[in-house]
Amino acid sequence: MSNAVSILNGASSNGAVKITEAGLRGMITLRGDLSSTALKDAVKSVVGLTPPSERKVKSGKGGGVAWMSSDELLLLVDYDKADATVAKLSKALAGEHHMVVNVSDARAVFLIEGQGAREVLAKGAPVDLSPEAFGAGDLRRSRIGQLAAAFWMTEDESFELVCFRSVGAFMFDWLSNAAREGSLPEFL
Amino acid sequence: MSTRLASGGSVIDRETTVSFTFNGKQFMAHAGDTLASALLANGQTLVGRSFKYHRPRGIMASGAEEPNALVNMGQGDRFEPNQRTTTTEVFEGLTATSQNHWPSLEFDIGAINNKVPRLLPAGFYYKTFMKPQWAWKHLFEPIIRQSAGLGSAPKEADADRYEYFYAYVNVLIVGGGMAGLAAAREAGASGAKVLLMEQTANLGGRLSVDSASIDGKPSDDWIAETITELEAMENVTIRTRMMGSGVFDHGYAMGYERITDHAPDDIAPRHRLWRIRAKRIVTATGALERPLSFAGNDIPGVMLASAVRDYASLFGVSAGDRTVVVTNNDDAYRTAITMKNAGLEVPVILDARPEANRPLPTEARALGIRVETGKGIAKVKGYKSVTGVEICSQAGEGTPLETIPCDVVAMSGGWSPVVHLWSHCGGKLNWDEANAMFSPDPTRPPLGADGNGFVLTAGTASGDLATAPALQNAIAAGRQAAIEAGFTPTESAAALVESPPEEPMLPVWSMPQGAPYKLRSKSWLDFQNDVKVSDVRLAAQEGYESVEHTKRYTTIGMATDQGKLSNINGLAVLADSLNAPIPNVGTTTFRPPYTPISLGSIAGEARGPLFKPTRKSPIDTWQDANNAVWEPVADWRRPYTYRRDGETTAQAVTREINNTRTGASILDASTLGKILVKGPDAAKFLDLIYTNMMSSLKVGKCRYGLMCTENGFLFDDGVVARLSEDEFLCHTTSGGSDNVHGWMEEWLQTEWWDFKVYTTNVTEQFAQIAVVGPNARKVLEKLGGMDVSSEALPFMGFTDGILAGIQSRPFRISFSGELSYEIAVPAAQGQAFWDKILEAGEEFGIMPYGTEALHVMRAEKGFIMIGDETDGTVIPQDLKLGWAVSKKKEDFIGKRAQERNFLEREDRKQLVGLLTENPQDVLPDGAHAVEGGKNRYGQENMIGHVTSTYFSPTLNHSIAMALIKGGSKRMGEVLTFPVSDNKTIKATVVDPVFYDKEGARQNV
Repeated sequence: MSNAVSILNGASSNGAVKITEAGLRGMITLRGDLSSTALKDAVKSVVGLTPPSERKVKSGKGGGVAWMSSDELLLLVDYDKADATVAKLSKALAGEHHMVVNVSDARAVFLIEGQGAREVLAKGAPVDLSPEAFGAGDLRRSRIGQLAAAFWMTEDESFELVCFRSVGAFMFDWLSNAAREGSLPEFL
Repeated sequence: MSTRLASGGSVIDRETTVSFTFNGKQFMAHAGDTLASALLANGQTLVGRSFKYHRPRGIMASGAEEPNALVNMGQGDRFEPNQRTTTTEVFEGLTATSQNHWPSLEFDIGAINNKVPRLLPAGFYYKTFMKPQWAWKHLFEPIIRQSAGLGSAPKEADADRYEYFYAYVNVLIVGGGMAGLAAAREAGASGAKVLLMEQTANLGGRLSVDSASIDGKPSDDWIAETITELEAMENVTIRTRMMGSGVFDHGYAMGYERITDHAPDDIAPRHRLWRIRAKRIVTATGALERPLSFAGNDIPGVMLASAVRDYASLFGVSAGDRTVVVTNNDDAYRTAITMKNAGLEVPVILDARPEANRPLPTEARALGIRVETGKGIAKVKGYKSVTGVEICSQAGEGTPLETIPCDVVAMSGGWSPVVHLWSHCGGKLNWDEANAMFSPDPTRPPLGADGNGFVLTAGTASGDLATAPALQNAIAAGRQAAIEAGFTPTESAAALVESPPEEPMLPVWSMPQGAPYKLRSKSWLDFQNDVKVSDVRLAAQEGYESVEHTKRYTTIGMATDQGKLSNINGLAVLADSLNAPIPNVGTTTFRPPYTPISLGSIAGEARGPLFKPTRKSPIDTWQDANNAVWEPVADWRRPYTYRRDGETTAQAVTREINNTRTGASILDASTLGKILVKGPDAAKFLDLIYTNMMSSLKVGKCRYGLMCTENGFLFDDGVVARLSEDEFLCHTTSGGSDNVHGWMEEWLQTEWWDFKVYTTNVTEQFAQIAVVGPNARKVLEKLGGMDVSSEALPFMGFTDGILAGIQSRPFRISFSGELSYEIAVPAAQGQAFWDKILEAGEEFGIMPYGTEALHVMRAEKGFIMIGDETDGTVIPQDLKLGWAVSKKKEDFIGKRAQERNFLEREDRKQLVGLLTENPQDVLPDGAHAVEGGKNRYGQENMIGHVTSTYFSPTLNHSIAMALIKGGSKRMGEVLTFPVSDNKTIKATVVDPVFYDKEGARQNV
């Protein structure tokens, strides 16, 4: 897969907040009964984590797992492990009603790093991003301006954001504009 | 003449001087000045012309309510009309020009309207519609269009940036005066997250001017201490230069922050529109002073009494040397006292009330100011500036008793609480008889989702005009808001306020009481739109009873100030004319925004490249570099064609078609929707979603399918591939993927929730590249890695494997009628795969083709296109697609609807092919066929229209598809299409499949 390229090939911009296109990530949509033991075990067997609760994300050495809806998870793994992970999950869940599909190529991933990252997102997402309401491990499926997006906070006040690949360039421009020097409201 | 005083001016910095220009003339101001105070400081009292009569206009107010002093601000890409001088802070290099006059502010031709006001009475605009009929088009419309509008429209794109910000707080406080500060302190002390916004640059509100003693301290100290306290609270944020512009459902409020209006060189965005969710909103918006209606009350120099003392005490500016105060209340005496104490003349205070003996009038008299009770102004003298007043008895008809020279008239008709934000979302008002004003009814607030009120009012905005009760009210409001937001206020001692007791005001709606027409027709209500007492009376006489109708008929309150000064006076005059009580007439509706906000702030960042997202395929960069002529396809951009040097667009399309029909071409079909459907009930589900049978599809095979709405109308189509017994991949149109996915989920979640089916939209996971043409197989064979023979991969089959070293899924499907493979590869490898095909295909003359070649080739084959042959009223049977509508299935979405007799009628518009008589004549898209005779509107009888039309290079003939009434039975008929006044195209009805009817070319 040496010829696989992400939407902006790792582009970044440095305003008040740093925006980076994170390159290719392995992403797997898993739909099923999130309360079933089989599903929990299957998830644990591939990323070493159990499914998180509503609007939460977990991450560890083996990857991450994000809550997407009441019957959908997003598993985060290395890009080149995605197909093998899909196969492993399919095998583990054989006989269970489920859907597992590699969506790595359908997405663009961005990192929003630095003091003020909350405010960059709050310019486009109708979400309470204050420290009281949104902390590490919190996730929202929402929008950024006119674009659908999911984002979550990591340990160091930074965010990861995923959107569709076709609008990746637009998302990068939007985030870079929102992160311009001198434009943060300094409210959050 | 107005000028800068030697002392005073609490918000200006006399050490810092800035220069600005007005109408090209350079002036000096101090930091902290508004443009209005700076103009007055420079003696510029004439600042504009009124809308209708082009009357001279001066500065009347000192804040957001200003109706007159609007200017064109800035130049070039920073030009903006109708900017309020009273809310514009001066900065170095500011340029402003006055509006609505020609050739100059001093001499304005349009003022001729002033001489013939009877030609422009109330409702003149509507009256011009009546008769004679020719007059509107030839006389009134051109004149009105020419003279409409105040400022000029900007000619250049805005140079500034704007943005949105979403904020969430427990308590939002609008207004940073005494009430806002007190409420914020109470709410803040409870631990609630508080955001206080103040529209001006300074906190303190009226208390900064009309001081009192609070808790034994001067009010300036109280303000400073309260601000210090608030700044120490981490849970409280104060934002100045931010207006609470609107209140909407469920605690949603809009804040309009003017970040760099006063500092245009700052790198920050110019305006930020805050969208705030608050558990409780406290409006501490104060009150606005009302003008009095006397003849000549619009002449420059006639000002609100409060504004006259604001300019003196906040900015150290005198509005004039000799100020006559005219009032119906005690408060305006403060202006007389302020001016007198500043060493200026106050020749007389005219008080419409029979007597005035409380502390403020007493203090005025003690200063030696003449006070005349029971008196008013008959008429103001002057035109471009006030030269004096004729005084009269308020009770009479305006007989002048005495003329008093002056250059300023400070008027006060009482105060009205600012109830706008309270009312935006449904808060109700009570009529307060004693103060002659509408004030919020706390028992009828705007209601939130839980049925409880979510807006509280504080201070004078509640209707408590005196300082002491206003402060108590504000403290209570802050505490109550905190409690309702789930917090516990701390103990708080009630504040002790000392301010002089005041006499009740006397409602005065006309001055003098019995003013005759001559005076009424010079008594302004709406200063910006030129509506006078006589206009409202005329409207009442002509039968207007509703205040909303009267507003639109007379245009009162419809100017950019939205009637902040005119509404109450206007409806009081209307009530008086109708002989009805004021509360029965009621108010007009208060709507956001409170004052106009910039269009830029509404657009936010969505302009230029960020105006609207464009979806781009994985091959987009290559296409852009290879002369793609772009066309929008839903939210995508797709190459219409790839133009080579020296080619026209049409020539490029022809080349691409010929190459595809004779050799091999490639198409980027990545935009096609792809939805994965999986589960034990997937087949059953798709049998319901599609009109045809999908459960009988064999694994490894593809089938073309149609989707209809519940009403039976075709809305999407595409090829379905069965991946395994319980898994299908459904292709949709490029524009339909999100809708179809949403449609499937809706049925699964709301109707068939017991089905075991999951769906995922995998549209963007794959780049899908079609290799098309007689040599397509040879190209794929050269790529290598997979058996692509007709035996291994027959028509309407698909397989998974490796092509050119990349994981691929070729589908043997064809939208061109040629041998065709549509190959899905992971999107991230789409470009690499595209490159490899071009390389392998080089010896076969491979080239990319765009959407127009695709369209022509599909039309040659008679394939329909959703959106061309369908328009939301077309059923599959209309398009000769009845074969794809199952007769065996018990049910599918649209089945019942298609059994309605209207949809079964034989004379519905049906798809036909058309061959024009002249092969070179291409029918215009949408051309109508006529069959002779006229309908009842005198139009030709139409029988249908062209849905797709092209010149086919393959057939060397123009071809078209059309929906024609009873079309299936018209085979061979010649139809007439009048396409312009002097041209008619005739075309023969034929089968819509023009090329390779047997389908031999694709099935090889």
